Amino acid sequence: MGRRRVVVTGMGIVSALGRNLDEFWRALLEGRPGIGPITLLDMSAVRFQNGAQAWSFNSADHFPLKEADFLDRFAQFAVVAARDAVRDAGLEWTPGLRERSGIVTGSCVGGKSTEDEGFQNLYLLKKPRVSPLTIARTMANAGASHISMETGICGPTYTVSTACSSSNHALGQAFRMVRDGDLELALAGGSEAPFSMGHLKAWEAMRVVSPDTCRPFCKDRRGMVLGEGGAMLVLEPLEAAKARGARIHGEIVGFGMSSDAHHLTQPTVEGPARAMRAALADGGLQPEQIGYINAHGTGTLANDPTEIAALRAALGPAAERLAISSTKSMHGHALGAAGAIEAVATLLALRHGILPPTANFTTPDPQCDLDVVPNQARHAAVECALSSSFAFGGLNAVLAFRRWDG
Amino acid sequence: MSDELTRRVISCIAESQKIPAETITLDSTFEELGIDSLDGVNILFALENEFNINIPDEGVQGVRGVRQMVEALDKLLSSGGAARA
Repeated sequence: MGRRRVVVTGMGIVSALGRNLDEFWRALLEGRPGIGPITLLDMSAVRFQNGAQAWSFNSADHFPLKEADFLDRFAQFAVVAARDAVRDAGLEWTPGLRERSGIVTGSCVGGKSTEDEGFQNLYLLKKPRVSPLTIARTMANAGASHISMETGICGPTYTVSTACSSSNHALGQAFRMVRDGDLELALAGGSEAPFSMGHLKAWEAMRVVSPDTCRPFCKDRRGMVLGEGGAMLVLEPLEAAKARGARIHGEIVGFGMSSDAHHLTQPTVEGPARAMRAALADGGLQPEQIGYINAHGTGTLANDPTEIAALRAALGPAAERLAISSTKSMHGHALGAAGAIEAVATLLALRHGILPPTANFTTPDPQCDLDVVPNQARHAAVECALSSSFAFGGLNAVLAFRRWDG
Repeated sequence: MSDELTRRVISCIAESQKIPAETITLDSTFEELGIDSLDGVNILFALENEFNINIPDEGVQGVRGVRQMVEALDKLLSSGGAARA
């Protein structure tokens, strides 16, 4: 079987920007950040206070109490996003389709809250035992497993963990399995719930989290803002989607990966540039066809200028007329869910012909002197877009998308 | 800026970087010592533990060497700018 075209026919999302796709898109259009004081736990012992919490997420709206016991918050996000994606795609399951479908999720840290609670019981409260559900709730593949049990999807199902690139790697793997004919359908994306005391203290110690908000590409940026949430996408071969009359959000055309082979936390120009070039080559795209980049754009001192330099290195003169934005300025940095959330943002941007802005923008940084779409969304009919994730550990994953014109 | 403070800072750097204290002087730059940004946050962690204080980011921005580090700590310790942990 030759290479098939792969389209996205369903999307589901849980984030700081609302309960669903519509609320997410509206916030992006308005350039409205979902960043505020974290309320999930007592933050008095943490230096930073703000995060992009999934403010409107209420477990009881989605899971009976008994079922919720088996799911850490990060797995709940994955399941809810998957349910919404399946509904959005209008899928009708048959035994044959379930066998030929697969699931790939990304998660950086797994069930951290569950683990934290267990450790508090052991070390702080000196209890002699932890919950027997600790392992099953904590494992990074919990989201994928629960989605499988709920949908009945019984083909290849697994989880990728590559820090902040996790769900871009997950989507890329799923894309290739559908393209190559290994799968008739994939549910792919990622989820993360990083707001637990032990984990927040670990981020505090790294000194990369902003004390106020996330200002990617600004001269006065002060770091990233952690976010939580999940996004899942339904990927199908174009012909199958057409045959069942599915509404198509957009096409995934390429995927590129690389490793910096350099440093745990310091980014390089060449590593990300190589992943971008690989995504273009995989999709048979020229730099001139790219009109929008959903940047990694963490808002840290180190990332942003390096990413701008990498864009120039990868795209050459075409970079100068590109529109680039970091939607992390609104939904925060959701680590292993970031790529999936940003894939949704990128597909919506292509479909609606409106580019979401880099919010919270104040003063331009001469080291980030490309068009970063400050504060205001912009109408632009863009043919193709890239969405980039560059992880700690130097692992890079870039997806290439094309607008679907029907 | 006391000799004792200098000695403790150098000892923290030596211990966290796994290098002999004798190779570090007040005039050593982090670059000379092969200390990068991730090593830097490790050193701050060691210093916070050694002096039982919290060192705010603002207090150490732009610190590129041992002398600057000692001066920044001296300032924090004497001004009470570093909240006791």
